[in-house]
Amino acid sequence: MASDLTMPLATDSPDIIWSAAQRRERWRRRLLPLAGAAMLLFVWWALIAVFHVRSFIAPAPDVVALTFYQKFDMLMANLGPTALEAVCGFALGNTAAIAIATVFVHRKSVEQAFFPIAVLLHSIPVVATAPILVLLLGNGLAPKVSIAAIICFFPTLVNMVRGLESVGAQSMELMHVLSATPREVFFKLRVPTSLPFLFSALRIAASTATVGAIVGEWIGSQVGIGALIIQATYNFDSALLYATVLCGSVFSVAFFQLIRLIERLVVRWDAGVV
Amino acid sequence: MASSAVLARPAQADAGSPAAECRDLTVHFASERRTVTALERVSLTVAEGSFLTVLGPSGCGKSTLLRVMADIIQPSAGSMRVLGGTPAEARRNRQIGFVFQDATLLPWRTALDNVRLPLEVGGRHELPSGSMGPEELLALVGLTGWEKALPHELSGGMRQRVSIARALLGGPRVLLMDEPFGALDEITRDRLNEELLRIWRETGTTIVFVTHSIYEAAFLGQQVLMLAARPGRVREIVTIDLPEPRHLSMRETPAFTAQAAHLRAVLETC
Repeated sequence: MASDLTMPLATDSPDIIWSAAQRRERWRRRLLPLAGAAMLLFVWWALIAVFHVRSFIAPAPDVVALTFYQKFDMLMANLGPTALEAVCGFALGNTAAIAIATVFVHRKSVEQAFFPIAVLLHSIPVVATAPILVLLLGNGLAPKVSIAAIICFFPTLVNMVRGLESVGAQSMELMHVLSATPREVFFKLRVPTSLPFLFSALRIAASTATVGAIVGEWIGSQVGIGALIIQATYNFDSALLYATVLCGSVFSVAFFQLIRLIERLVVRWDAGVV
Repeated sequence: MASSAVLARPAQADAGSPAAECRDLTVHFASERRTVTALERVSLTVAEGSFLTVLGPSGCGKSTLLRVMADIIQPSAGSMRVLGGTPAEARRNRQIGFVFQDATLLPWRTALDNVRLPLEVGGRHELPSGSMGPEELLALVGLTGWEKALPHELSGGMRQRVSIARALLGGPRVLLMDEPFGALDEITRDRLNEELLRIWRETGTTIVFVTHSIYEAAFLGQQVLMLAARPGRVREIVTIDLPEPRHLSMRETPAFTAQAAHLRAVLETC
């Protein structure tokens, strides 16, 4: 609101008291989830200890932590290929989706011809197509990158088409009155309008690309988080299995947060205001 | 059913082409089931430098008339001339400014960059010599100090001021306004009404202003074009005889009340 910009600095005492209360509230909100997590870890540890659950069925959290520490180098060596596949698949799938959404918005007949097919293909479980892609593309990086790319592709395509078309009627009339060319309408109006839509798709894609890469590694792969999960399961090495899952999760969350950070830097406006 | 009227020119206007002139203007909208006639054989002359308000019930085609002038909608029959040429020529020469009901600002641009937008599109990267720059226009609408604010940091009234500054960039000779203050509260609306009259006096631009408020129509317009609905056609053109410059307090005078009462009486027949 307008008043925010003209509000004087907090100099008098009620404002100071108010801001101290706000600070306390902020810390409370940060610390409570940590306390919740610590409690859940304790419950996990207590259940294993009380019921004498054997380590290969379910390891205690401290055993997982120890394994994570001891096998850190090996875990990182396997995370490398998975991360590469996820990031390449993310880049490829989203670039293709953005390019095709651009074509759809400019050529309505192309959109009408292919968009229903895209929606139909979207309903195929990508995980189920993984063996097909491995057969087609061999056992290297290619099938994993493809699976990650396909998983990212459809949500981004759908969101990007919606974003590019969410331009208001009056904004289009404004551009017409200003005699803007189609290229100017695209870059000055449609692309910025679509960015909040694009980023909400990219955030999801960061997580799903990691899932795609891991699933791709389940089939006949020697390295990667997915391969390590399969090996650890077959060897009843539950502590390693849990540590591997933890490793993949940390990467996925970090990737997601990176996209969110970029979003915050790029989208600084409130899209609801016209 | 033809209706026709010629507006009196103010004494100071030059003898050139009128700001806008339409003859037997008809606009149909075809929907799937039926054809709607938005305007039927409207004839009208808007003198250069004048302030015309357009008043009528919803569905009378007020916005359509404005959009034909701005080359947004093509007429089905009849003609529309703007500044002696076609609306498309006037649009391409940046002689038309348009203010929408919503401020229609680009939310990722600051107030100043929104006012600057017309210099970045449509192949017009230079201001005509002698016309006001973006900073000057923001000052004209009373927003000095807000240049760097994003639209969501501005109030509704301030956003509409930015949009007026944007429409005035490049010094258009015709300013078309489509219920620009309709979404604002009454206090803001009153203030902007008075400021708009000041801007009109300072810039000398012809203004065509669509509204559904009787008081706004009477207070702003030298003349009020009253349109009847379904199909949209000219009911009457009322000349508002109030001393210039006008101030908000005039709205309590018997002369103003009588004008408003007359407009209301005509509106009931529209």
